[in-house]
Amino acid sequence: MTTTESTDVLVIGSGFGGAIAAYHLAAGGARVVVLERGPWLNAEEFDHDFLLGSSYTRIFDFVVGDGMSVLSGNCVGGGSMVYFATMPRAPRFAFERHGSIGRRMWPASINRDTLDPWYDRVAEALPVTQQTWDKVPYAGGLFAAACAHAGRTANPAPSAVDVDMCTNCNWMMAGCRFDAKRSLLLNYLPAALAHGAEIRPMHEVQRLSRNDDGGYRVHYRVVDDEDYRILHDADAIDAKIVILAAGAGATPVILRRSEPELGTMPHAVGRYFSGNGERLNTAVFDEDRVRDVLGLSREGGLAYGAYQIGRGPTVASWDRLDGSLPEHERFSLEQLYFPPGLGTILAQVPDATGPTWFGVEKKEMLSRWQSWLTIFTMSEDDNEGVFGPPPETGNANRLSQQMLGNGPLRYEPTANTWRGWSLSDAAVKDILERDGLARVRPWTNDLVGAYTVHPLASCRIGDDPATSALDDRHELRDHPGIFVTDGSAVPGALTVNPALTIAALAERAMPGIVEAARLRGVDVTYGAPAPDGAVTARDAMPSSA
Amino acid sequence: MKLGSDSPEADPARTITIEAFADTIIPGEKRWPGDRAVAGAAPGPGAAAAGAVELLEQPGGGLAGALDSLTWALNDHAREYAAERGLALDDEVPEFVALPFEHRTALVQILTAPDHPEKAMWVGLALFSNMAFDSAAHMSTADAFATGHPGLRLMGYFPPDSDGYYRFSHFSYGRQLAPIHPNTTATGSPA
Repeated sequence: MTTTESTDVLVIGSGFGGAIAAYHLAAGGARVVVLERGPWLNAEEFDHDFLLGSSYTRIFDFVVGDGMSVLSGNCVGGGSMVYFATMPRAPRFAFERHGSIGRRMWPASINRDTLDPWYDRVAEALPVTQQTWDKVPYAGGLFAAACAHAGRTANPAPSAVDVDMCTNCNWMMAGCRFDAKRSLLLNYLPAALAHGAEIRPMHEVQRLSRNDDGGYRVHYRVVDDEDYRILHDADAIDAKIVILAAGAGATPVILRRSEPELGTMPHAVGRYFSGNGERLNTAVFDEDRVRDVLGLSREGGLAYGAYQIGRGPTVASWDRLDGSLPEHERFSLEQLYFPPGLGTILAQVPDATGPTWFGVEKKEMLSRWQSWLTIFTMSEDDNEGVFGPPPETGNANRLSQQMLGNGPLRYEPTANTWRGWSLSDAAVKDILERDGLARVRPWTNDLVGAYTVHPLASCRIGDDPATSALDDRHELRDHPGIFVTDGSAVPGALTVNPALTIAALAERAMPGIVEAARLRGVDVTYGAPAPDGAVTARDAMPSSA
Repeated sequence: MKLGSDSPEADPARTITIEAFADTIIPGEKRWPGDRAVAGAAPGPGAAAAGAVELLEQPGGGLAGALDSLTWALNDHAREYAAERGLALDDEVPEFVALPFEHRTALVQILTAPDHPEKAMWVGLALFSNMAFDSAAHMSTADAFATGHPGLRLMGYFPPDSDGYYRFSHFSYGRQLAPIHPNTTATGSPA
């Protein structure tokens, strides 16, 4: 007779939601095991190489759905390894949104004021820092100058990059070679390990079942190191508490696959998915106009020609983050770099007379690639994404050995979502085409649907059981002892980059999860400082929080 | 045409058909006199010369096992397309290769349109064709620079430092270029 391994707390996924939970629970004395389906790479393994099989295809996932494609992390550290580390807080109005349900969709207990102390904790832990104009890369400077020329504002966005260590290589999607990006490998995860947590890479959780003692059995498969299409051993671990943090593209899939054994899932599991209202426009700049109209020049006599240089988005325009505007008409615009590989095919030729995304004119556009600037819209979509039946394993039918697969998400943008996209397209055009600076066009949605790098809301918190899968403590309704702390818990689009909000919500959920673990007999306490021992944010917490 | 062989070396029809598709995505100049796959619709090398077939034949990419059926289906679509329009096709080459460039382009537009039932596989083929050109994903980036990969060269992609890693010592205009939003908080976030 074999004995199933057991632990106090089983964490699924090692991105923000998983790493923060693993740290606090391990620091409080619980036995914690983290199962991560992707590999565990460190700085010296992050390549600057487009070869298939290099770090960027190993740690990054691109799942094509029906009408929506999702880009996400697939490695220890999750999204923090592949993201661009832009970390604004969500504007006050984002918490007051009604979305598609006709009333406030966030829990009554959460608004910007009540979340701010938790934002502070994450900002201290990573850390997140304000950026200064003297370190803004050319692309951000160009966008700022164009915004100013159009009578608008622009801000250097808060960031979890240590700019003094950054080489502006723009390889952030392949992991940071120089440890300048303050990923979870530099704070929460090593602190969790120091407190005894175990992290097991290449372990893909498939489903949960319930044990007679009220705990859960977590069933996983071991993923092949090189060819993720191949799954090896199957096994399971028993836990008193399960924390799902597999990401908004995977958490609801695991729960849906578990439904035959766990029983009926809340209606909102796998519904209300939001792509954070994301959309991209790519402009091709006229270098002479950049010099003549904006007065910009850089070393070597160039005006710009520096799309490749930088660190993702560094400058954002927040003029439309105005709470007095109607919902679905508010958005932020952010200058962005998207590397070759996946970053050119969807860009459309601004003045094409033939095909817009391929062919002779596209090749001409590629010849001016260093004069490109991509603008990223984050708006208010309608939570219209719905997951279909789970694939046999994982959250996608993998096409390539790494990175590329087809998933069960369906997304048909509503008129509300299109309103935000259309308004933002018009704003981008107004800013960038003014006085002949550039020609611009949105990326096509015809090939892989819309796309998001910030999947949200597919298993969300709320006060209404009919439209939220989790209560405001992040516990899965009708399934006590299962908590969800990743982006799927965020109720809807935020109009800004969501990582800081996901992390703040995870921090906020921790006292309640620790208490739930104690009630299940786990000897654990809450109250750990920041991973490096800093206590400023913890000690500043208002007692009401 | 002889189709369906397991070995690409033994199946020039497959290679020439896939090259013609890749050349439609990123067109190029003919590689030699009498080059049938490449239509010669644009100056400089295109996706075929950049290594599209080499990338597509890599087992890890996911389309290698489907290239025979994609070749067959593409030529079948080309035959049907030509018949509907009364185009006479040279039977010395596969049907898609025999199509003039503007008709190859029109057929790819049809096959990749949102309502086409086979859209996913043709978009996949286009995606990898484009990747061979814009990132040389079938070779190490160091080798791509050493061999003068035409896609990276056309795009002006900067080479790395001698150790293979990127560092840009000049990266900023170094000054404030816009007024910041009046409702920015003390932490630098929107209010």
